[in-house]
Amino acid sequence: MAAVQETIDQVKAIDVDQYKYGFVTDIESELAPKGLNEDIVAYISAKKDEPEWMLNWRLEAFRRWKTMEEPTWARVDYPKIDFEDLHYYAAPKKREGPKSLDEVDPEILETYKKLGIPLSEQEILAGVAPENRVAVDAVFDSVSVATTFKEELAKAGVIFCPISEAIREHPELVQKYLGSVVPVSDNFYATLNSAVFSDGSFVYIPPGVRCPMELSTYFRINEPNTGQFERTLIIADKGSYVSYLEGCTAPQRDENQLHAAVVELVALEDAQIKYSTVQNWYPGDSEGKGGIYNFVTKRGDCREKNSKISWTQVETGSAITWKYPSCILRGDNSQGEFYSIAISNGHQQIDSGTKMIHLGKNTASRIISKGISAGVSQNTYRGQVSAHRKASNARNFTQCDSLLIGDKCGAHTVPYIESKNSSAVFEHEATTSKISDDQMFYCQARGLDEEEAVALIVNGFVRDVIQQLPMEFAVEAQKLISISLEGSVG
Amino acid sequence: MNAPAKIQETKAEQSLNAQFDAIFAQTTQENANQRKQAWDAFKAKGIPHRRVEEWHYTDLRTKMNDAFALASKTAPKAEALKGAGDLKTHRIAIVNGRYAPDLSSDQDVAGLSIAQTNGFLAAQLGTDDAMAHLNQALVQGGISIKIDANAKIELPIEIVRYTDGSQVSSYAGTAVEIGSGAKALIIESFEGDADAAYQSNALTEIKVGDKADVHWLKLQVESAKAQHIETLSMELGAETNFQHFIYNEGASLSRAQLFLEFKGEGTHAGLRGTSLLKDNQHADITLFVKHAVPGCESREYYRSVVDDKARAVFQGKIIVEQAAQKTDGQMMIKTLLLSDTAEINAKPELEIFADDVQCAHGSTTGDIDEDLLFYLMARGIPEAQARKILVLAFLSEAIEEFEEEQCVELLEAMTRSWLHADDMVSE
Repeated sequence: MAAVQETIDQVKAIDVDQYKYGFVTDIESELAPKGLNEDIVAYISAKKDEPEWMLNWRLEAFRRWKTMEEPTWARVDYPKIDFEDLHYYAAPKKREGPKSLDEVDPEILETYKKLGIPLSEQEILAGVAPENRVAVDAVFDSVSVATTFKEELAKAGVIFCPISEAIREHPELVQKYLGSVVPVSDNFYATLNSAVFSDGSFVYIPPGVRCPMELSTYFRINEPNTGQFERTLIIADKGSYVSYLEGCTAPQRDENQLHAAVVELVALEDAQIKYSTVQNWYPGDSEGKGGIYNFVTKRGDCREKNSKISWTQVETGSAITWKYPSCILRGDNSQGEFYSIAISNGHQQIDSGTKMIHLGKNTASRIISKGISAGVSQNTYRGQVSAHRKASNARNFTQCDSLLIGDKCGAHTVPYIESKNSSAVFEHEATTSKISDDQMFYCQARGLDEEEAVALIVNGFVRDVIQQLPMEFAVEAQKLISISLEGSVG
Repeated sequence: MNAPAKIQETKAEQSLNAQFDAIFAQTTQENANQRKQAWDAFKAKGIPHRRVEEWHYTDLRTKMNDAFALASKTAPKAEALKGAGDLKTHRIAIVNGRYAPDLSSDQDVAGLSIAQTNGFLAAQLGTDDAMAHLNQALVQGGISIKIDANAKIELPIEIVRYTDGSQVSSYAGTAVEIGSGAKALIIESFEGDADAAYQSNALTEIKVGDKADVHWLKLQVESAKAQHIETLSMELGAETNFQHFIYNEGASLSRAQLFLEFKGEGTHAGLRGTSLLKDNQHADITLFVKHAVPGCESREYYRSVVDDKARAVFQGKIIVEQAAQKTDGQMMIKTLLLSDTAEINAKPELEIFADDVQCAHGSTTGDIDEDLLFYLMARGIPEAQARKILVLAFLSEAIEEFEEEQCVELLEAMTRSWLHADDMVSE
């Protein structure tokens, strides 16, 4: 019961309304003027010292975006966003580009320390077991402030750097792969991102390399009235392997802030990418005021045979989540996986799921989605599984389970299953239920109080997905789940 | 992507404009309003297309090349109407949207009353669907069927809907009211001249009282070139048992849209069906099951067999409102794709606002199980025949749920005939 007790303690330590990461870092920032036009796009590009082809790419995206309309099909409800009332670029004022961690603004280092993200390599290098090492790219508002273990990774040939650096240093790779999974005009938010993205991570794993450590990016929105538009591109060359983690937090504010990211994964022959997210943006207060709008496009392309992409996500934050990490199973024998825990409490709205597009032969995909709704939240799973004519022997197994806590929330399941190949076998099952009285009685008869019983049952409900997370994340995620559900019982 | 351009009217829409003008000119004062309102509602939406979420997989705008002229009143031969075959029934015939008493059986049955109507349905529909509005805008006639409270109708009530003629369209509106405690079996068939291309659009409202026991079997055996659209709106009282089954075999394009709402507690509803599709057929079954009161149970089980270049569409939405605690809803869709060019699009949805519920849906798609096939072939059964045995077994599982033996026999005979039609030599 130790684990359960730990969860309970964690929950108790935190007020219902208290978002742990809601503090603001007081630093001087450099902001682009509010609003969006070609000059702003050029401003961002110039700030990043980008080559001309990149600027043109952005401008092209911006022109496309101007012709597009905001999508309304998702089951989320929010006031119209004024895209002119945002700063599209915010960066901590820096002293001539920090060369090493020592030069990074101590305020920022302190922020990450508070968030529990270790940015100082020395301690880790000197300290504990080396297998626990994680290389971190820390993105603060619109810029990457630090990337750790770069040299160590470079020894293995792995490129891990902010994408703005990659555009300057590795243009051939960026030009080849950027926008090849999520095309510029893919959807409203992806196009907006293509025009104004400021930073994010770039990862390239050379052929045959198993990335020596976990890579991770930590996103932090700090500045008010800004949007964060990060762009991540991960390329796993033939026979390589990488595990990548992503975490996000933001200060507690009354206004809503926009986060529109694009993540592209490319897996070549025999390569494998494991992408894990723990999303904990500020969800708004108990009245539904404030919080992040999280409109994200994530897509992986199993471009060549025997490749594999696996998405694992724990979604607990954001006022609104609109996110569908997908896999395009193009290569023969390729595999896609999606494991998700989506928890909504308070006034949160989640519309999330995945797409598994089977194009190659003998492709397989697996979807395990666990949704938990509490408070007055709405939680929707929206997913698509499709097999094209040539996708012989495609296999999919989908399981979507929803758990409702309280009678004012909603849980919805909207799967689209499309098969054009008779040898494709698709199985889909979904259930919705609440924690049964029998389960509660059983636990309580054994001496657990109500909160402990709920924590235990919920942990059991999401176990399938938690198991897929890397070790360090699993513990963190488990605690996060209990915190998110705090106050939902009784 | 750009600002919505003015959508051009299709040829079918232009034909509909002329048809409406003509029929509206002849409409009596008392119905003019209703016809006009329905037409305006239809015009606001136009013929549904793939951007309309509910019609995403059935792009009627492209599939409906033209709207055929409104069918006139005709008198087909009695032999033309197949209905439920040799079963002894109370027959009600509707030809080209109009009640045909000459082709119907003697209606002097205790507890059952049939009346001819102008096809306008008084009640507010639970649906805001363009094709249901179109029905009311162009409706040619209809009937009302009433079953008294506590009446037990011994023989099945048979509704034969026949479209007579080619290049014509028929629009019928039917109101069915089943009193509390009543018991009845209704067998409804949709048919027409073999090989004729026609369009039939039926709108039916069924209201069932408390503690009733109603079984409804729909046989969709329209001609192979027909386009069939049926909108069925159902309201169920408390502690009622309502079973609906669709046998889907005919029409080049068919869409059955069922809207079911629970109005009383403790009711059980079963929606089931089988679709047998080949050639270029496109068959769509779309359900909206709304649990608005506590303690109801719904079952939605559909099986499809899709061959050649046919395409099956299934959309099912179970809505559980906040008040509908203790709801039990289960949906299961199984599809066999028999050819590499066949296609299935399934969208089983759950929309749940109450916490104390048990809801589940499942869907499977695939070919005939190779192991089962091997088992049969190892016992000397030729492959072609073994396949048919397995398809029949797959569909029978759904058919056998039917309580009435006569319906099971009827459905199995029709299924067998569909399977054997081409090359089966003997049993």
